[in-house]
Amino acid sequence: MANRTVIPFGPQHPVLPEPIHLDLVIEDEHVVEAIPSFGFIHRGLEKLVEKKDFTEFTFIAERICGICSYIHGMGYCQAVETVMGLEIPERAKWLRTMWSELSRIHSHMMWLGLLADAFGFENLFMACWRLREGILDVIEETSGGRVIFGAAKVGGCRRDVPDDLLARIPAQLNAVEDELRAITNVFRDDFSVRQRLCGVGLLSRNDAYDLGAVGPMLRASGVAQDSRLDGYAAYDKIAVEPIVEESGDCWGRTMVRIREIYQSFDILRHVLPNVPPGPVDMKITGAPKGEFFARLEQPRGEVIYYVKGNGTKFLDRFRVRTPTFANIPPLLKMLQGCQLADVPVIVLTIDPCISCAER
Amino acid sequence: MNLFRKSPWIIHYDGASCNGCDIEVLACLTPRYDVERLGIINTGNPKHADILLITGYINEQSQPVVRTIYEQMPDPKVVVAVGICASSGGIFRDCYNTKGGVDSTIPVDIYVPGCAARPESIMDGVVQALDLLERKRKEKKTRRRAIAPTPTSEVPTP
Repeated sequence: MANRTVIPFGPQHPVLPEPIHLDLVIEDEHVVEAIPSFGFIHRGLEKLVEKKDFTEFTFIAERICGICSYIHGMGYCQAVETVMGLEIPERAKWLRTMWSELSRIHSHMMWLGLLADAFGFENLFMACWRLREGILDVIEETSGGRVIFGAAKVGGCRRDVPDDLLARIPAQLNAVEDELRAITNVFRDDFSVRQRLCGVGLLSRNDAYDLGAVGPMLRASGVAQDSRLDGYAAYDKIAVEPIVEESGDCWGRTMVRIREIYQSFDILRHVLPNVPPGPVDMKITGAPKGEFFARLEQPRGEVIYYVKGNGTKFLDRFRVRTPTFANIPPLLKMLQGCQLADVPVIVLTIDPCISCAER
Repeated sequence: MNLFRKSPWIIHYDGASCNGCDIEVLACLTPRYDVERLGIINTGNPKHADILLITGYINEQSQPVVRTIYEQMPDPKVVVAVGICASSGGIFRDCYNTKGGVDSTIPVDIYVPGCAARPESIMDGVVQALDLLERKRKEKKTRRRAIAPTPTSEVPTP
Protein backbone atom coordinates (compact mmCIF):
# COMPACT_ATOMS: atom_id res chain seq x y z
CA MET A 1 0.00 0.00 0.00
CA ALA A 2 1.27 3.41 -0.87
CA ASN A 3 1.98 5.95 1.80
CA ARG A 4 -0.83 8.22 2.79
CA THR A 5 -0.32 11.96 2.83
CA VAL A 6 -2.62 14.67 4.10
CA ILE A 7 -2.80 17.78 1.97
CA PRO A 8 -4.58 20.81 3.37
CA PHE A 9 -6.82 22.56 0.84
CA GLY A 10 -7.83 26.07 1.90
CA PRO A 11 -9.00 28.11 3.71
CA GLN A 12 -7.03 30.59 1.65
CA HIS A 13 -6.72 28.98 -1.77
CA PRO A 14 -6.36 30.56 -5.23
CA VAL A 15 -9.43 28.91 -6.76
CA LEU A 16 -11.70 29.67 -3.84
CA PRO A 17 -13.10 33.12 -3.37
CA GLU A 18 -14.34 31.92 -0.02
CA PRO A 19 -12.72 30.00 2.79
CA ILE A 20 -13.48 26.32 3.17
CA HIS A 21 -10.94 23.91 4.53
CA LEU A 22 -10.57 20.34 3.34
CA ASP A 23 -8.00 17.89 4.59
CA LEU A 24 -7.36 15.66 1.60
CA VAL A 25 -5.98 12.24 2.51
CA ILE A 26 -4.20 11.11 -0.64
CA GLU A 27 -2.57 7.90 -1.74
CA ASP A 28 -0.28 8.51 -4.70
CA GLU A 29 -2.36 10.87 -6.83
CA HIS A 30 -5.76 9.71 -5.64
CA VAL A 31 -7.86 11.19 -2.90
CA VAL A 32 -8.89 8.55 -0.39
CA GLU A 33 -10.88 10.76 1.89
CA ALA A 34 -11.73 14.39 2.33
CA ILE A 35 -12.33 15.80 5.79
CA PRO A 36 -13.94 19.24 5.84
CA SER A 37 -13.76 21.81 8.58
CA PHE A 38 -16.09 24.77 8.75
CA GLY A 39 -16.81 27.94 10.61
CA PHE A 40 -14.57 30.44 8.88
CA ILE A 41 -17.55 32.57 7.95
CA HIS A 42 -19.95 31.59 10.70
CA ARG A 43 -21.78 34.74 11.76
CA GLY A 44 -24.59 33.33 13.84
CA LEU A 45 -27.17 35.50 12.16
CA GLU A 46 -30.07 33.22 13.08
CA LYS A 47 -29.67 34.43 16.65
CA LEU A 48 -30.10 38.03 15.49
CA VAL A 49 -33.89 37.56 15.26
CA GLU A 50 -33.88 38.17 18.99
CA LYS A 51 -32.34 41.61 18.53
CA LYS A 52 -33.92 42.90 15.32
CA ASP A 53 -37.65 43.05 14.75
CA PHE A 54 -39.18 40.91 12.05
CA THR A 55 -39.41 43.60 9.37
CA GLU A 56 -35.85 44.76 9.98
CA PHE A 57 -34.57 41.21 9.78
CA THR A 58 -35.31 41.15 6.03
CA PHE A 59 -32.08 43.08 5.49
CA ILE A 60 -30.11 40.51 7.43
CA ALA A 61 -31.80 37.66 5.58
CA GLU A 62 -30.68 39.29 2.32
CA ARG A 63 -27.14 39.26 3.62
CA ILE A 64 -27.04 35.54 4.35
CA CYS A 65 -25.32 35.43 1.00
CA GLY A 66 -24.44 38.12 -1.50
CA ILE A 67 -24.92 35.97 -4.60
CA CYS A 68 -28.42 34.67 -4.05
CA SER A 69 -29.28 37.58 -1.79
CA TYR A 70 -32.66 38.40 -3.26
CA ILE A 71 -34.06 34.90 -2.92
CA HIS A 72 -32.95 34.77 0.72
CA GLY A 73 -34.78 37.98 1.50
CA MET A 74 -37.80 36.88 -0.47
CA GLY A 75 -37.91 33.44 1.18
CA TYR A 76 -37.82 34.95 4.63
CA CYS A 77 -40.59 37.40 3.73
CA GLN A 78 -42.64 34.59 2.24
CA ALA A 79 -42.36 32.56 5.45
CA VAL A 80 -43.35 35.52 7.64
CA GLU A 81 -46.22 36.44 5.30
CA THR A 82 -47.62 32.92 5.48
CA VAL A 83 -47.42 32.93 9.26
CA MET A 84 -49.28 36.25 9.34
CA GLY A 85 -51.76 35.14 6.71
CA LEU A 86 -50.98 37.97 4.30
CA GLU A 87 -51.90 37.71 0.64
CA ILE A 88 -49.46 40.04 -1.12
CA PRO A 89 -50.50 42.04 -4.20
CA GLU A 90 -50.29 40.29 -7.54
CA ARG A 91 -47.79 42.77 -9.00
CA ALA A 92 -45.38 42.15 -6.11
CA LYS A 93 -45.52 38.41 -6.81
CA TRP A 94 -44.58 38.91 -10.44
CA LEU A 95 -41.80 41.34 -9.62
CA ARG A 96 -40.42 38.85 -7.10
CA THR A 97 -40.42 36.20 -9.80
CA MET A 98 -38.59 38.54 -12.16
CA TRP A 99 -35.90 39.35 -9.63
CA SER A 100 -35.37 35.74 -8.60
CA GLU A 101 -34.91 34.69 -12.23
CA LEU A 102 -32.51 37.58 -12.83
CA SER A 103 -30.47 36.51 -9.83
CA ARG A 104 -30.47 32.93 -11.06
CA ILE A 105 -29.00 34.03 -14.40
CA HIS A 106 -26.39 36.21 -12.73
CA SER A 107 -25.41 33.46 -10.31
CA HIS A 108 -25.10 30.79 -12.99
CA MET A 109 -23.06 33.04 -15.27
CA MET A 110 -20.77 33.89 -12.40
CA TRP A 111 -20.40 30.20 -11.64
CA LEU A 112 -19.55 29.37 -15.27
CA GLY A 113 -16.74 31.92 -15.05
CA LEU A 114 -15.42 30.52 -11.79
CA LEU A 115 -15.50 27.00 -13.21
CA ALA A 116 -13.49 28.14 -16.23
CA ASP A 117 -11.03 29.73 -13.82
CA ALA A 118 -10.79 26.47 -11.86
CA PHE A 119 -9.64 24.51 -14.88
CA GLY A 120 -7.34 27.28 -15.98
CA PHE A 121 -9.29 28.79 -18.89
CA GLU A 122 -8.73 32.42 -17.95
CA ASN A 123 -10.15 33.83 -21.17
CA LEU A 124 -13.46 32.05 -20.69
CA PHE A 125 -13.64 33.33 -17.11
CA MET A 126 -13.27 36.90 -18.32
CA ALA A 127 -15.82 36.40 -21.10
CA CYS A 128 -18.45 35.03 -18.70
CA TRP A 129 -17.96 37.85 -16.24
CA ARG A 130 -18.10 40.45 -18.98
CA LEU A 131 -21.51 39.22 -20.08
CA ARG A 132 -22.70 38.97 -16.50
CA GLU A 133 -22.31 42.74 -16.18
CA GLY A 134 -25.17 43.08 -18.69
CA ILE A 135 -27.46 41.25 -16.27
CA LEU A 136 -26.15 43.29 -13.34
CA ASP A 137 -27.08 46.44 -15.29
CA VAL A 138 -30.68 45.25 -15.52
CA ILE A 139 -30.67 44.38 -11.82
CA GLU A 140 -29.24 47.76 -10.89
CA GLU A 141 -31.74 49.58 -13.07
CA THR A 142 -34.71 47.81 -11.55
CA SER A 143 -33.71 47.39 -7.90
CA GLY A 144 -30.94 49.90 -7.27
CA GLY A 145 -28.29 47.46 -6.08
CA ARG A 146 -25.76 45.39 -7.97
CA VAL A 147 -25.42 42.37 -5.75
CA ILE A 148 -27.53 43.12 -2.67
CA PHE A 149 -30.85 44.18 -4.18
CA GLY A 150 -32.56 45.46 -1.05
CA ALA A 151 -35.88 45.02 -2.81
CA ALA A 152 -37.59 42.47 -0.59
CA LYS A 153 -40.00 43.49 2.12
CA VAL A 154 -42.53 41.75 4.30
CA GLY A 155 -45.79 42.42 2.47
CA GLY A 156 -44.47 42.97 -1.05
CA CYS A 157 -41.55 44.78 -2.67
CA ARG A 158 -39.74 47.88 -1.50
CA ARG A 159 -39.65 49.33 -4.97
CA ASP A 160 -41.94 49.48 -7.93
CA VAL A 161 -40.51 49.11 -11.40
CA PRO A 162 -41.94 51.54 -13.96
CA ASP A 163 -43.73 49.91 -16.88
CA ASP A 164 -41.59 51.55 -19.54
CA LEU A 165 -38.51 50.07 -17.88
CA LEU A 166 -40.12 46.64 -17.82
CA ALA A 167 -40.81 47.01 -21.54
CA ARG A 168 -37.18 47.87 -22.21
CA ILE A 169 -35.61 44.92 -20.37
CA PRO A 170 -36.33 42.11 -22.91
CA ALA A 171 -34.18 43.83 -25.54
CA GLN A 172 -31.28 44.04 -23.07
CA LEU A 173 -31.71 40.40 -22.13
CA ASN A 174 -31.81 39.30 -25.77
CA ALA A 175 -28.52 41.04 -26.43
CA VAL A 176 -26.90 39.19 -23.53
CA GLU A 177 -28.43 35.90 -24.58
CA ASP A 178 -27.12 36.16 -28.14
CA GLU A 179 -23.59 36.70 -26.92
CA LEU A 180 -23.93 33.99 -24.31
CA ARG A 181 -24.55 31.31 -26.96
CA ALA A 182 -20.99 31.63 -28.20
CA ILE A 183 -19.65 31.07 -24.69
CA THR A 184 -21.86 28.15 -23.77
CA ASN A 185 -20.90 26.48 -27.05
CA VAL A 186 -17.34 26.45 -25.77
CA PHE A 187 -18.43 24.62 -22.63
CA ARG A 188 -20.48 22.22 -24.74
CA ASP A 189 -18.09 21.46 -27.57
CA ASP A 190 -14.53 22.41 -26.69
CA PHE A 191 -12.25 19.39 -26.56
CA SER A 192 -10.11 20.50 -23.63
CA VAL A 193 -13.10 21.60 -21.57
CA ARG A 194 -14.72 18.22 -22.08
CA GLN A 195 -11.49 16.53 -21.09
CA ARG A 196 -11.60 18.27 -17.75
CA LEU A 197 -15.31 17.75 -17.08
CA CYS A 198 -16.55 14.51 -18.65
CA GLY A 199 -16.51 11.55 -16.28
CA VAL A 200 -15.04 13.59 -13.43
CA GLY A 201 -16.75 13.62 -10.05
CA LEU A 202 -19.36 10.99 -10.74
CA LEU A 203 -22.40 10.95 -8.49
CA SER A 204 -24.90 8.18 -9.13
CA ARG A 205 -28.61 8.77 -8.98
CA ASN A 206 -28.97 6.73 -5.79
CA ASP A 207 -26.08 8.48 -4.05
CA ALA A 208 -27.40 11.89 -4.99
CA TYR A 209 -30.82 11.00 -3.61
CA ASP A 210 -29.61 9.25 -0.46
CA LEU A 211 -27.05 11.89 0.49
CA GLY A 212 -29.62 14.63 0.08
CA ALA A 213 -28.17 16.55 -2.85
CA VAL A 214 -30.28 19.45 -4.02
CA GLY A 215 -30.62 21.64 -7.08
CA PRO A 216 -28.44 21.20 -10.16
CA MET A 217 -26.42 18.50 -8.35
CA LEU A 218 -29.53 16.36 -7.97
CA ARG A 219 -30.90 17.17 -11.41
CA ALA A 220 -27.59 16.35 -13.10
CA SER A 221 -27.83 12.87 -11.57
CA GLY A 222 -31.21 12.30 -13.17
CA VAL A 223 -33.70 13.25 -10.45
CA ALA A 224 -36.33 15.73 -11.61
CA GLN A 225 -36.83 17.90 -8.55
CA ASP A 226 -37.41 21.62 -8.64
CA SER A 227 -39.07 23.61 -5.84
CA ARG A 228 -40.40 26.11 -8.33
CA LEU A 229 -43.01 23.48 -9.19
CA ASP A 230 -44.56 24.18 -5.77
CA GLY A 231 -45.82 27.43 -7.24
CA TYR A 232 -44.65 30.11 -4.85
CA ALA A 233 -44.69 33.77 -5.99
CA ALA A 234 -45.98 33.74 -9.57
CA TYR A 235 -44.56 30.33 -10.46
CA ASP A 236 -48.02 28.80 -10.24
CA LYS A 237 -48.86 30.71 -13.43
CA ILE A 238 -45.68 29.77 -15.26
CA ALA A 239 -44.80 26.37 -16.65
CA VAL A 240 -41.43 25.34 -15.25
CA GLU A 241 -39.93 22.14 -16.52
CA PRO A 242 -37.12 20.72 -14.31
CA ILE A 243 -33.94 20.39 -16.32
CA VAL A 244 -32.45 16.95 -16.00
CA GLU A 245 -29.20 15.40 -17.20
CA GLU A 246 -28.41 11.73 -16.73
CA SER A 247 -24.61 11.70 -16.69
CA GLY A 248 -24.02 12.74 -13.07
CA ASP A 249 -20.53 14.09 -13.74
CA CYS A 250 -19.10 17.60 -13.75
CA TRP A 251 -20.08 18.04 -17.38
CA GLY A 252 -23.69 17.12 -16.60
CA ARG A 253 -23.84 19.69 -13.83
CA THR A 254 -22.42 22.32 -16.16
CA MET A 255 -25.01 21.48 -18.79
CA VAL A 256 -27.85 21.66 -16.26
CA ARG A 257 -26.78 25.14 -15.24
CA ILE A 258 -26.29 26.31 -18.81
CA ARG A 259 -29.74 25.09 -19.81
CA GLU A 260 -31.19 26.72 -16.70
CA ILE A 261 -29.80 30.06 -17.81
CA TYR A 262 -31.72 29.78 -21.08
CA GLN A 263 -34.79 28.55 -19.22
CA SER A 264 -34.62 31.64 -17.00
CA PHE A 265 -34.40 33.85 -20.07
CA ASP A 266 -37.56 32.14 -21.38
CA ILE A 267 -39.33 32.60 -18.04
CA LEU A 268 -38.35 36.28 -17.98
CA ARG A 269 -39.66 36.77 -21.49
CA HIS A 270 -42.96 35.38 -20.28
CA VAL A 271 -42.96 37.32 -16.98
CA LEU A 272 -41.98 40.81 -18.15
CA PRO A 273 -44.94 41.58 -20.45
CA ASN A 274 -47.38 39.97 -18.01
CA VAL A 275 -46.63 41.94 -14.85
CA PRO A 276 -50.09 43.11 -13.78
CA PRO A 277 -50.75 46.72 -12.72
CA GLY A 278 -51.49 47.60 -9.12
CA PRO A 279 -49.78 48.28 -5.82
CA VAL A 280 -46.56 46.50 -4.89
CA ASP A 281 -46.85 46.41 -1.12
CA MET A 282 -49.42 46.32 1.63
CA LYS A 283 -49.71 47.62 5.13
CA ILE A 284 -48.67 45.19 7.82
CA THR A 285 -50.43 45.18 11.15
CA GLY A 286 -49.74 42.92 14.09
CA ALA A 287 -46.93 40.47 14.51
CA PRO A 288 -46.36 36.89 13.39
CA LYS A 289 -47.68 34.14 15.63
CA GLY A 290 -47.17 30.55 14.57
CA GLU A 291 -44.60 28.66 12.56
CA PHE A 292 -43.97 27.85 8.93
CA PHE A 293 -41.49 26.17 6.60
CA ALA A 294 -40.95 27.94 3.27
CA ARG A 295 -39.26 26.07 0.42
CA LEU A 296 -37.77 27.96 -2.50
CA GLU A 297 -35.52 27.14 -5.41
CA GLN A 298 -32.26 29.01 -5.33
CA PRO A 299 -29.66 28.93 -8.10
CA ARG A 300 -27.85 26.34 -5.98
CA GLY A 301 -30.88 24.27 -5.09
CA GLU A 302 -33.65 24.03 -2.61
CA VAL A 303 -33.52 26.30 0.42
CA ILE A 304 -35.69 26.00 3.49
CA TYR A 305 -36.67 28.78 5.88
CA TYR A 306 -38.25 28.03 9.21
CA VAL A 307 -39.90 30.87 11.06
CA LYS A 308 -41.50 30.69 14.50
CA GLY A 309 -43.24 33.76 15.86
CA ASN A 310 -44.67 34.31 19.33
CA GLY A 311 -46.95 37.25 18.66
CA THR A 312 -44.34 39.91 19.49
CA LYS A 313 -42.18 41.92 17.13
CA PHE A 314 -39.27 39.59 17.74
CA LEU A 315 -39.35 36.10 16.30
CA ASP A 316 -38.69 33.10 18.51
CA ARG A 317 -36.62 31.19 16.01
CA PHE A 318 -35.39 31.52 12.47
CA ARG A 319 -33.64 28.70 10.71
CA VAL A 320 -32.31 28.41 7.20
CA ARG A 321 -31.07 25.23 5.53
CA THR A 322 -29.09 26.36 2.53
CA PRO A 323 -28.36 24.33 -0.60
CA THR A 324 -24.58 24.32 -0.21
CA PHE A 325 -24.94 22.83 3.25
CA ALA A 326 -27.03 20.01 1.78
CA ASN A 327 -24.55 19.50 -1.05
CA ILE A 328 -21.49 18.97 1.12
CA PRO A 329 -22.05 15.25 1.93
CA PRO A 330 -22.34 14.45 -1.82
CA LEU A 331 -19.19 16.51 -2.40
CA LEU A 332 -17.24 14.39 0.07
CA LYS A 333 -18.56 11.28 -1.66
CA MET A 334 -17.45 12.58 -5.08
CA LEU A 335 -13.99 13.46 -3.84
CA GLN A 336 -13.29 9.88 -2.80
CA GLY A 337 -11.13 8.28 -5.44
CA CYS A 338 -10.70 11.34 -7.63
CA GLN A 339 -7.38 12.70 -8.85
CA LEU A 340 -5.79 15.43 -6.78
CA ALA A 341 -5.71 17.74 -9.79
CA ASP A 342 -9.48 17.41 -10.21
CA VAL A 343 -10.29 18.52 -6.67
CA PRO A 344 -10.73 22.24 -7.48
CA VAL A 345 -13.06 21.44 -10.40
CA ILE A 346 -15.16 19.04 -8.35
CA VAL A 347 -15.41 21.46 -5.43
CA LEU A 348 -16.48 24.17 -7.86
CA THR A 349 -19.21 22.07 -9.49
CA ILE A 350 -21.30 21.99 -6.33
CA ASP A 351 -21.30 25.79 -6.72
CA PRO A 352 -20.05 26.29 -3.18
CA CYS A 353 -21.44 29.30 -1.40
CA ILE A 354 -19.77 29.04 1.94
CA SER A 355 -21.36 32.08 3.48
CA CYS A 356 -24.73 30.47 2.80
CA ALA A 357 -23.62 27.19 4.31
CA GLU A 358 -22.16 28.68 7.47
CA ARG A 359 -24.63 31.53 7.92
CA MET B 1 1.66 58.92 -15.00
CA ASN B 2 3.46 58.93 -11.73
CA LEU B 3 0.73 57.16 -9.84
CA PHE B 4 1.44 53.71 -11.18
CA ARG B 5 5.15 53.56 -10.69
CA LYS B 6 4.63 50.09 -9.37
CA SER B 7 1.91 47.65 -10.36
CA PRO B 8 0.67 46.24 -7.08
CA TRP B 9 -0.40 42.65 -6.72
CA ILE B 10 -3.36 42.10 -4.52
CA ILE B 11 -4.45 39.20 -2.38
CA HIS B 12 -8.06 38.82 -1.39
CA TYR B 13 -9.31 37.06 1.70
CA ASP B 14 -12.88 36.64 2.84
CA GLY B 15 -12.90 37.21 6.61
CA ALA B 16 -16.53 36.43 7.31
CA SER B 17 -18.60 38.28 4.77
CA CYS B 18 -21.80 37.61 2.91
CA ASN B 19 -20.00 37.21 -0.43
CA GLY B 20 -21.35 40.43 -1.86
CA CYS B 21 -18.07 42.30 -1.55
CA ASP B 22 -16.09 39.26 -2.67
CA ILE B 23 -17.78 39.05 -6.03
CA GLU B 24 -17.38 42.81 -6.40
CA VAL B 25 -13.63 42.44 -5.78
CA LEU B 26 -13.56 39.80 -8.51
CA ALA B 27 -15.70 42.01 -10.74
CA CYS B 28 -12.95 44.66 -10.52
CA LEU B 29 -10.61 42.26 -12.30
CA THR B 30 -12.98 41.44 -15.12
CA PRO B 31 -13.41 43.30 -18.41
CA ARG B 32 -15.97 45.94 -17.37
CA TYR B 33 -13.65 47.43 -14.74
CA ASP B 34 -10.46 45.62 -15.68
CA VAL B 35 -7.79 46.66 -13.23
CA GLU B 36 -5.46 44.14 -14.84
CA ARG B 37 -4.76 46.67 -17.58
CA LEU B 38 -2.91 48.60 -14.86
CA GLY B 39 -0.87 45.54 -13.97
CA ILE B 40 -2.88 44.75 -10.88
CA ILE B 41 -3.07 41.00 -10.48
CA ASN B 42 -5.05 38.97 -7.99
CA THR B 43 -2.50 36.53 -6.66
CA GLY B 44 -3.16 33.55 -4.43
CA ASN B 45 0.16 33.72 -2.68
CA PRO B 46 0.57 36.14 0.26
CA LYS B 47 4.31 36.28 -0.34
CA HIS B 48 3.77 37.85 -3.76
CA ALA B 49 1.23 40.40 -2.61
CA ASP B 50 1.51 44.11 -1.83
CA ILE B 51 -2.10 44.90 -0.99
CA LEU B 52 -4.36 42.78 1.18
CA LEU B 53 -8.07 43.20 0.47
CA ILE B 54 -10.20 41.85 3.28
CA THR B 55 -13.95 41.59 3.07
CA GLY B 56 -16.18 40.81 6.01
CA TYR B 57 -15.58 41.00 9.70
CA ILE B 58 -13.33 38.81 11.80
CA ASN B 59 -14.58 35.86 13.80
CA GLU B 60 -12.91 33.40 16.13
CA GLN B 61 -11.87 31.00 13.40
CA SER B 62 -10.78 33.41 10.69
CA GLN B 63 -8.65 35.50 13.06
CA PRO B 64 -5.53 33.29 12.97
CA VAL B 65 -5.86 32.90 9.18
CA VAL B 66 -5.98 36.66 8.62
CA ARG B 67 -3.07 37.18 10.97
CA THR B 68 -1.00 34.53 9.17
CA ILE B 69 -1.69 36.02 5.76
CA TYR B 70 -0.75 39.47 7.03
CA GLU B 71 2.48 38.22 8.56
CA GLN B 72 3.45 36.32 5.43
CA MET B 73 3.21 39.40 3.23
CA PRO B 74 6.52 41.20 2.65
CA ASP B 75 7.00 44.82 3.71
CA PRO B 76 5.88 47.37 2.60
CA LYS B 77 2.23 46.27 2.61
CA VAL B 78 -1.13 47.95 2.75
CA VAL B 79 -4.36 46.55 4.16
CA VAL B 80 -7.66 47.63 2.60
CA ALA B 81 -10.87 46.79 4.47
CA VAL B 82 -13.56 46.38 1.82
CA GLY B 83 -17.15 47.00 2.82
CA ILE B 84 -18.86 48.09 5.97
CA CYS B 85 -18.50 44.68 7.67
CA ALA B 86 -14.73 44.82 7.34
CA SER B 87 -14.71 48.40 8.61
CA SER B 88 -16.82 48.00 11.72
CA GLY B 89 -18.76 44.75 11.76
CA GLY B 90 -21.66 46.37 9.92
CA ILE B 91 -25.01 44.68 10.04
CA PHE B 92 -23.51 41.68 11.84
CA ARG B 93 -21.86 43.60 14.66
CA ASP B 94 -24.48 42.35 17.15
CA CYS B 95 -23.83 38.70 16.30
CA TYR B 96 -22.38 36.55 19.06
CA ASN B 97 -19.54 35.36 16.90
CA THR B 98 -18.01 38.67 15.89
CA LYS B 99 -14.72 40.18 16.94
CA GLY B 100 -15.45 43.45 15.18
CA GLY B 101 -13.91 44.90 12.06
CA VAL B 102 -10.60 43.87 10.53
CA ASP B 103 -8.77 46.46 12.65
CA SER B 104 -9.46 44.30 15.70
CA THR B 105 -6.87 41.89 14.36
CA ILE B 106 -4.43 43.65 12.04
CA PRO B 107 -3.70 47.33 11.34
CA VAL B 108 -5.92 48.65 8.53
CA ASP B 109 -4.78 51.52 6.31
CA ILE B 110 -7.79 52.18 4.10
CA TYR B 111 -11.49 51.67 4.67
CA VAL B 112 -13.81 51.24 1.67
CA PRO B 113 -17.46 51.95 2.51
CA GLY B 114 -20.51 50.29 1.04
CA CYS B 115 -22.74 47.27 1.43
CA ALA B 116 -21.83 45.75 -0.88
CA ALA B 117 -18.89 48.00 -1.83
CA ARG B 118 -19.14 48.99 -5.47
CA PRO B 119 -16.25 48.13 -7.81
CA GLU B 120 -15.61 51.84 -8.37
CA SER B 121 -15.07 52.45 -4.67
CA ILE B 122 -12.90 49.33 -4.33
CA MET B 123 -10.73 50.65 -7.16
CA ASP B 124 -10.56 54.03 -5.48
CA GLY B 125 -9.39 52.29 -2.31
CA VAL B 126 -6.69 50.44 -4.25
CA VAL B 127 -5.51 53.67 -5.89
CA GLN B 128 -5.18 55.29 -2.48
CA ALA B 129 -3.36 52.19 -1.30
CA LEU B 130 -0.85 52.77 -4.12
CA ASP B 131 0.05 56.20 -2.78
CA LEU B 132 0.44 54.78 0.66
CA LEU B 133 2.54 51.91 -0.62
CA GLU B 134 4.91 54.34 -2.29
CA ARG B 135 5.19 56.38 0.91
CA LYS B 136 5.85 53.29 2.99
CA ARG B 137 8.50 52.17 0.54
CA LYS B 138 10.35 55.49 0.84
CA GLU B 139 10.10 55.44 4.62
CA LYS B 140 11.53 51.97 4.70
CA LYS B 141 14.42 53.04 2.47
CA THR B 142 15.36 56.00 4.68
CA ARG B 143 15.04 53.86 7.78
CA ARG B 144 17.31 51.25 6.29
CA ARG B 145 19.91 53.89 5.40
CA ALA B 146 19.84 55.20 8.94
CA ILE B 147 20.40 51.76 10.42
CA ALA B 148 23.00 50.45 7.93
CA PRO B 149 26.64 50.75 9.12
CA THR B 150 29.06 52.95 7.14
CA PRO B 151 30.96 50.80 4.67
CA THR B 152 34.63 50.27 5.56
CA SER B 153 37.46 48.66 3.61
CA GLU B 154 38.69 46.71 6.60
CA VAL B 155 38.16 43.00 6.40
CA PRO B 156 37.76 41.53 9.86
CA THR B 157 40.42 38.94 10.58
CA PRO B 158 39.38 35.91 12.49
